[in-house]
Amino acid sequence: MAISQRFLLFNALVAGPLREHPGRAALAIVAIALGVALGVAVHLVNAGAAGEFELAARRLAGEADLVVRGPRAGFDESLYPRIMRLPQVEAANPAVEAEVPLAGRDASLKIIGFDPLRAARVQPGLLPERTGLMSGLFDADAVLLSPAAAGWLGVGPGGRLDLQVGTGTVTVKVIGLLPEGAYRQRVGVMDIAAAQWRLARLGRLNRVDLRLKPGTDVEAFRRELQATLPPGVYAVTPETEAQRGASLSRAYRLNLDMLALIALFTGAFLVFSSQVLALLRRRTQFALLRVMGVTRGRLAVLLITEGAVIGVLGAALGVIAGYALAVYAVSLVGADLGAGYFRGVETSLRVDPQAFAVFFTLGVLFAALGAAAPAWEAAHRAPGRALHARDEEEGLGRLRTAWWGVAAVAAGMAVALLPAINGLPIAGYLAIALILLGVVLLMPRLAAFFLDRVPLPAPVPAAVAVAQLKATPRQTAIGAAAIVISFSLMVSMLIMVSSFRASLDTWLERMLPADLYLRTARTGETGFLTPEVQARIAATPGVARVEFLRSQNLLLQPDRPPVILLARPIEAAAADSRLPLDAPPLVPRPDEPPPVWISEVAGDLYGWRRGDRVRLPIGAAPRLYTVAGVWRDYARQSGAIVINRELYIKLTADRLANDAALWLVPGIGTTDAARALRDRTGADQNIEIATTREIRAASLRIFDRTFAVTYALEFAAVLIGLLGIGVSFSAQALARRREFGVLRHIGMSRREIGSMLGCGGALTAGLGVISGLVTGWGVSLILIHVVNRQSFRWSMELTMPWLPLAGLAALIIAAAAATAAWSGRAAMRDDVIRAVREDW
Amino acid sequence: MLNVHDLCKSYGGARSRDVLRGVSLDVARGEYVAIVGESGVGKSTLLNLIAGLDTPDRGTIVLDGVELTALDDTARTLLRRSRMGFVFQAVHLLPHLTAAQNVALPLALNGTTPVAGARRVNEMLLAVGLAQAANAYPRELSGGEMQRIAIARALVHRPPLLLADEPTGNLDADSAAQVMRLMREQVKREGGAGILVTHSAAAAAGADRVLTLTADGLRPQAAQTNSDFRFA
Repeated sequence: MAISQRFLLFNALVAGPLREHPGRAALAIVAIALGVALGVAVHLVNAGAAGEFELAARRLAGEADLVVRGPRAGFDESLYPRIMRLPQVEAANPAVEAEVPLAGRDASLKIIGFDPLRAARVQPGLLPERTGLMSGLFDADAVLLSPAAAGWLGVGPGGRLDLQVGTGTVTVKVIGLLPEGAYRQRVGVMDIAAAQWRLARLGRLNRVDLRLKPGTDVEAFRRELQATLPPGVYAVTPETEAQRGASLSRAYRLNLDMLALIALFTGAFLVFSSQVLALLRRRTQFALLRVMGVTRGRLAVLLITEGAVIGVLGAALGVIAGYALAVYAVSLVGADLGAGYFRGVETSLRVDPQAFAVFFTLGVLFAALGAAAPAWEAAHRAPGRALHARDEEEGLGRLRTAWWGVAAVAAGMAVALLPAINGLPIAGYLAIALILLGVVLLMPRLAAFFLDRVPLPAPVPAAVAVAQLKATPRQTAIGAAAIVISFSLMVSMLIMVSSFRASLDTWLERMLPADLYLRTARTGETGFLTPEVQARIAATPGVARVEFLRSQNLLLQPDRPPVILLARPIEAAAADSRLPLDAPPLVPRPDEPPPVWISEVAGDLYGWRRGDRVRLPIGAAPRLYTVAGVWRDYARQSGAIVINRELYIKLTADRLANDAALWLVPGIGTTDAARALRDRTGADQNIEIATTREIRAASLRIFDRTFAVTYALEFAAVLIGLLGIGVSFSAQALARRREFGVLRHIGMSRREIGSMLGCGGALTAGLGVISGLVTGWGVSLILIHVVNRQSFRWSMELTMPWLPLAGLAALIIAAAAATAAWSGRAAMRDDVIRAVREDW
Repeated sequence: MLNVHDLCKSYGGARSRDVLRGVSLDVARGEYVAIVGESGVGKSTLLNLIAGLDTPDRGTIVLDGVELTALDDTARTLLRRSRMGFVFQAVHLLPHLTAAQNVALPLALNGTTPVAGARRVNEMLLAVGLAQAANAYPRELSGGEMQRIAIARALVHRPPLLLADEPTGNLDADSAAQVMRLMREQVKREGGAGILVTHSAAAAAGADRVLTLTADGLRPQAAQTNSDFRFA
């Protein structure tokens, strides 16, 4: 009997309604599925790429207990025997590491120079067991490739590889492959001496991997060793080494995860709005069941179950679709999803049951939560009133108060002022969620305020539509809230991306004042211009002035990626003419430390301010510098420091350069000048020459590619929002079938009822769009000044993309009007005349 | 004024059922006719066919010389808008319009100017005794008051034909009597015709003519009785 009763109730309250309106249920399922799919896909791709990144670093460290790590320029190799002689060290393996540009290709390959015999003790899994290959590696031109690199380059054993060093080309011979599975990423391994010679790193090392004697306290030894290391060189554990690379993309990955969660949240809200309206329509059924003795709790549980069933179906579909989407996305744009963080990283997506379970649970939970509030309200409605009165609007009486909404918005604004948590903009996202929640709660009040001021228009269908909305502001608010959520997110992302793009464009204009730019390679670390080549460039006919720039890096903290050091001609008094400073430049007195100019990112990361004195490991000994200004830099996410090149050369004796900015003699064309430069340098394939316009266009292309995934996720949120509009209007249209029947009896044509619904839909969407525009603007300020600043530490000016916003608003309103009219047609397709006789 | 000839209607599906078979009816201007019959015999179907809300399988319906069965849906809608008024058992006032706005709706649909419309709405509200409730919403009115507003809405545009489907089915005896008297008075005053479909012998008693709808068609009722077909 109990089973039968349970079955009957489940059938009446859960299965029946889902069967009765499969379209509405399907839309809600699709919305949840879309949100879960995006979450699963973004997580799988990001986790896969970051995991591979960390795995690669761990494989390189092998069985090492500590890694001594220096900057890109490396450290003096005399450090190695000093470390090796320490009593706690059992084995040590020195290494040279560099991203080497591939001659004639716009790509680079990581080359590691090991001592093969020592590496066998610290990294036994990395090198091949076949002795022939090990001894072959001592050849100065020999290189071993990982299977991934060989596949990517299309070169096998016996093949040759052209590497760019300086502006010249070094050809190496592939003598074999690393064992399958030893190292999954693209890498080439050479003998250390050969690498130092061929890659122009004589006397330098980048890392030393240490295996300590059993019983050594690793942390104590690390601290002891650190105290003896030169500035800019750190002793770190393999774990820190592994996490450092992936840490750069942490904020980016979190932002993508958040966008995916927003899509899921929008889906949950869609379930909420559709459930509210559907349960209102069925309130007399619930009242009858309550009269017949069904308890409040039982009724609420069954109605939440209806949402959970939608969640289970949507989440299951979403997990499958998410995995397929991840596979497709990786094959289409790579493991970095177009952002450049994991360029060249080989990812194999793995089925991750734990992630699947988490997102499946989230999908079900969000859908059940979406159904919980309306279920609670329906269960607590007095059955007597619900049976007899036309109390749809009264059923939403709890929405009358505005205090919760005001409190949520105020809390959101307060939370937005909190600093980053563990370097991530958690508070910023929480602030956005609170503000969206607050605006949704305020929507009934806003709807009433707005609709009170709308006059009744002359055309009858429009007048009936307006009168209906005026009389039901709370129901109107629920319909509009779905639009507010999706449109405000769309608006905020659009404003943020437009502001970023406009600021980047202005920045590029400021940073690229010359006519022509020359660089040794787009990627990699071993391309450079020797003083002789620099002299030839300066003496090229048609070149009026040239400035050379040297790019190096400084490791300031072992757990953070290195800061880029840019040595270029710059005078303290006129620094603002060369860099986009945020304040007039400081000119240090002669007795003060020399000036450096730090990027905003460096300032934020290391807590430096204008006027501070900072100790930097430039040259043989660290010394103090004055922070003479803070400048905006969109190019280097790990931070940048500009120093006068003359001072840099004096400190380091490094006269090499990476880039040259060229001002041409008036009347000389850029094409002629580029040809002359190629002739003079004699390194046609190893230098790249571009005009300012070309660099700007390429930079903006990269920007757009980086934001492609953002656009895709944003589009998904909008799609879910539009589904929400469809669900909301179709639920309302079904609830109003009897009214349509009456209007048809009175003499209103189907077309007029359609235009009445279209007008209502447009007005509801208009309310949503206006509220969404204001909310989106507010959210964009948080994205720009909090989330973006805390994630990437880039500041930008607010730019309102009015035209796209107006276009989007018109599109949403038109889509809403069309959806409403279509919903009405679908509702009138059945016997609308019979609907006037329906009691329910 | 209204000529219904040999009307047939069946509903399809696996269990096809003839609802109306060879129904004919003539209603003259100024005449108030009641149609009674058992549940499911097709009274409401007949009313829907006359209103042009549904189309017959066979037969003709002519209203003031216009054959409804030859018109498309839009033309039938326009004809219904201007020449018919409807009163339902469940009242069906639009919940989000005030009493005055509900009454004004047919006038607005027929293009009456707002000033003339307001005057006529006021006239009708006075006629049904609810001028004071002009700005009330339906939820604020009693059942009888709502039905009186529905009658005002049905007659406000002076339709030649009033169609009423069980208009007193949900009302108590006093309210029902008041509504029936009001409807008859208004039809007579405006010079139109009225067709009332009902179970109730008491409601039908006020009609000029009472017809019984059976499976074989419409037949004049031989003698008035006090029996209530609701329990037949």
